[in-house]
Amino acid sequence: MKGRFPISRLWWRPAMNRRAIERRSPGELESRLGRRHSLARAFMPGQSAPALAVAFGWQSVLDSAGPQAARIEDLWWVYFWVCAAVFVLVFLALVMAVFRGRRGKGDPTDPGAPHPPASERRLTRTVAGATAATAVILIGLLVATVAASRATSSLPGDPLTIELTGQQWWWQVRYEDPTPSRMVTTANEIHIPVGRPVRVKTRSTDVIHSFWVPNLHGKRDLIPGRPSEILIQADRPGVFRGQCAEFCGYQHANMALLVVAEPPETFAAWYEAQLQPARPPSDALQQRGKVVFEALPCPLCHTIAGTQASGKTAPDLTHLASRRMLAAGTLPNTRGHLGGWILDPQTIKPGNKMPAVSLGSDDLRALLAYLESLR
Amino acid sequence: MSRPKPKPKPEKVERDEPSTDPYEAEVRQLEETWKRPPGFIGWLSEVNHVAIGRRYLVTAFVFFALGGLLALLMRIQLSRPENDFLDPDLYNVIFTMHGSTMMFLFAVPIMEGMSIALVPLMIGTRNAAFPRLNAYSYWVYLIGGLLVYVCFLFNMAPDAGWFSYVPLSGPEFSPGKRVDVWAQLITFTEISALAAAVGTITTVFKQRAPGMSLNRMPLFVWSMLVKAFMVVFAMPAIVVASSLLAMDRLIATHFFNPSEGGDSLLWQHLFWFFGHPEVYIIFLPATGMVSTLVTAFSRRRTFGYLALVLALVATGFIGFGLWVHHMFAAGLPQLGQSFFTAASIMIAVPSGVQIFCWLATIWSARKLRLATPMLFVLGFIFIFVLGGLTGVMLASVPIDLQVHDTFFVVAHFHYVLIGGAVFPLLGALYYWIPKLTGRMMSERVGKLSFWVLFAGFNLTFFPMHQLGLRGMPRRVYTYKAEMGWGDLNLLATLGGVLLTVGVLLFVGNFLWSRRRGLPAGDNPWDADGLEWATTSPPPPYNFAWLPTVQGRHPLWEQTPDQPVVVGLRSDRREVLVTRTLDAEPDHREVQPRPTLVPLWLALATAVGFVGVIFTPWAIPAGLILAGAVLVGWFWPQVDQDETLLEEQP
Repeated sequence: MKGRFPISRLWWRPAMNRRAIERRSPGELESRLGRRHSLARAFMPGQSAPALAVAFGWQSVLDSAGPQAARIEDLWWVYFWVCAAVFVLVFLALVMAVFRGRRGKGDPTDPGAPHPPASERRLTRTVAGATAATAVILIGLLVATVAASRATSSLPGDPLTIELTGQQWWWQVRYEDPTPSRMVTTANEIHIPVGRPVRVKTRSTDVIHSFWVPNLHGKRDLIPGRPSEILIQADRPGVFRGQCAEFCGYQHANMALLVVAEPPETFAAWYEAQLQPARPPSDALQQRGKVVFEALPCPLCHTIAGTQASGKTAPDLTHLASRRMLAAGTLPNTRGHLGGWILDPQTIKPGNKMPAVSLGSDDLRALLAYLESLR
Repeated sequence: MSRPKPKPKPEKVERDEPSTDPYEAEVRQLEETWKRPPGFIGWLSEVNHVAIGRRYLVTAFVFFALGGLLALLMRIQLSRPENDFLDPDLYNVIFTMHGSTMMFLFAVPIMEGMSIALVPLMIGTRNAAFPRLNAYSYWVYLIGGLLVYVCFLFNMAPDAGWFSYVPLSGPEFSPGKRVDVWAQLITFTEISALAAAVGTITTVFKQRAPGMSLNRMPLFVWSMLVKAFMVVFAMPAIVVASSLLAMDRLIATHFFNPSEGGDSLLWQHLFWFFGHPEVYIIFLPATGMVSTLVTAFSRRRTFGYLALVLALVATGFIGFGLWVHHMFAAGLPQLGQSFFTAASIMIAVPSGVQIFCWLATIWSARKLRLATPMLFVLGFIFIFVLGGLTGVMLASVPIDLQVHDTFFVVAHFHYVLIGGAVFPLLGALYYWIPKLTGRMMSERVGKLSFWVLFAGFNLTFFPMHQLGLRGMPRRVYTYKAEMGWGDLNLLATLGGVLLTVGVLLFVGNFLWSRRRGLPAGDNPWDADGLEWATTSPPPPYNFAWLPTVQGRHPLWEQTPDQPVVVGLRSDRREVLVTRTLDAEPDHREVQPRPTLVPLWLALATAVGFVGVIFTPWAIPAGLILAGAVLVGWFWPQVDQDETLLEEQP
């Protein structure tokens, strides 16, 4: 049973059941998802089926993919059914009271007269009983809450540690390792191994943000001056979306991140790839793109490991092409979107800190070729 | 000298008797003493509680309309994904203004207005205590509201949310004057609410009609009393918070700046220590209204009076122990969180008791009358129970961590604030407007407006529960089509349109009733409260002869030879002061005449608090001006001079 009730699924389910999507053939999936959903389409080439299946319910509280979210989902359904039952009872009592009251009893021309003591005693007993029942139900819910709180606040196993720094309006992700050369820095996309707990240390350098990936766990605020941490874990592979949940100014709406849960070996391969410095340009066009990049103001803010670009105030671009989205979940990472973003970031995400640059079409093509080579 | 003596009841006095009648002469004398000076200056110098209360109600309703309009703009923006109806900057301003307007310029002031207009009538006195302070509180409120809306026109309206979390609202991340305007709006609201609360407490404790001991006090008055005490204890926290924020912004202190040893979490504690009681400051008066309406339309004594009073007082206390449930996601220690979870869950018990007592009263009604006010009460119970239950869900830390700052919370607090406060308020307005204007509102339009509002409300806010569970955060100006939130958002927007129609029906009904409504008479509902013992609208002195009380439902329990109070002088503004517990007559107090001093003091306050947005020197300037005005305020008035605080023999 595990608290997952089929009826409630029917009513509260995400727009489309995730498992139902998984059962479909890739071609059918593409035709279903791809036409209307450009984000999903962006994931199509070279992505495995589970990664595709996330376009619906990929930011849903009720589609858990980790032990903590599953526990909270169970608790939610306990609360849901208890509260639904209470509501139905109160509503029935209200309807019956109105019907009885309409019929009336006693002499309405003398409203100040005391009621018959016997009926008042009955009412008193009923009200006292209802109050006691309320208290008992609430205590039961409190116990369930405390138990779930305890269960979700720790996870067994050796955790992977990530430092997550929120900034207006993107996320810096740094994988910690005792060996400094094995630390990885990336942005807006967190890869985690399935089945292993991940300790996310939450930091902020400007205002308060909140880290929230509903499919995995509840949220935790990133408060400047108050470092904190939260454990998460994914039990199945998939791409899960998270979004800043504390109002953080102008572009609060466009501050998303993706959590990519992968089998441990896939994760290890990804990690090794991320450890490498940026690929050197492999043809003349890319070489020209690198020159363009370094001539523009880009290196003042962005880092590309292995080059002179070492700015720290904007996302690390060393492996930009390996990421799925651009500008903290604002755009799919395709050549067209990347070009549009470079030329006119202020229309796409007004108020963000990236300035527009003017580029000739040849330079732009070269720059895009270079950036797209940063896998 | 102010002992109750048996006398004919005031309404027995025939108005067209010859003027030699001593009663008639006295009534004329009272009218002369209590009337307001003529003309516009007279209007500005008004200190009568009904008039001030009416101004509060009208002003707050105008702000309600403005806040609703802003909400409608947000709903249009969110009705489809990636809409570009509003740009992010304007959206942020609008949601900040919507929240601040509804909390600070509508919900709290309109409850103050109900309190100022009705409490003195309900407890049978001539005017509220501290009439000039009452007038001052209104002017300060009005200036605060005008300030923020004028700034809106000049693109200076706040944009950091109605909660203005630091560091976002601090000098570094919110340069310009926008947040300063917000902080000063808060200052004006604080002053106005504190002034009104002090007046309410004093009026209730010291001016009740003889016989109205505390345990006979109407539940409406109890709710306003508890509310006033909550204001007195909650407002200082936000006074501190907004002052520290203003200092951080204006004179570069670092109370909230973590890089200089300040603490950004401190703001949240101070804000929510005020912010959560604030919710009950809005909700408790509504429960008082519901108790009154349920009793009147069930035609029986309120069931469980004592339980209802205790529930009010308990809510007043527990309401101060919940604030951390707004901060569960900040990562506080687990033991502390459990305490606040328990407190947040516990507060459902007094609310439950209230619901059960109302149901019991309706159940055992002598003859339940489903007039428009009662429909709003039934709608309130439906909506508020739903909102209360989602509140119980939010008290649970794990569930809260998931749905905190999502549309689930938006749904929850609109269920408890609109369902819990606005529905009872509209019911109460249908019920008491005849008393304040002398005209009945249309029942047919009233019932229609109820059903439209009820449907519109649920259509707007119910889908938001689902949106929250599907991951839609609050305060986002747009969302991607891929998120699949479009359909429910469109539904909510359509509901918002319906809700607007419902409000317009109410306003239309009110305006229609002013001209065409049937005359209300003294007691159109055959209700129990003292406010129905005088004419509609009440004369400026409220009662020709102050009533006495011998039960919780004065008009239902009065005897044919019910005594009235005599012995108050009618040639100056005297009110009867009674003892706190048992309301035994104690002494007579002379009230000040209408005066412009409250307005001058409000303007001096405004010089200080509006000016400080631009220069810190405005504070000393405002203080000096206010000091000068206060000299006039405290200058003894001649008729007070003669017999100050005459103790009874």
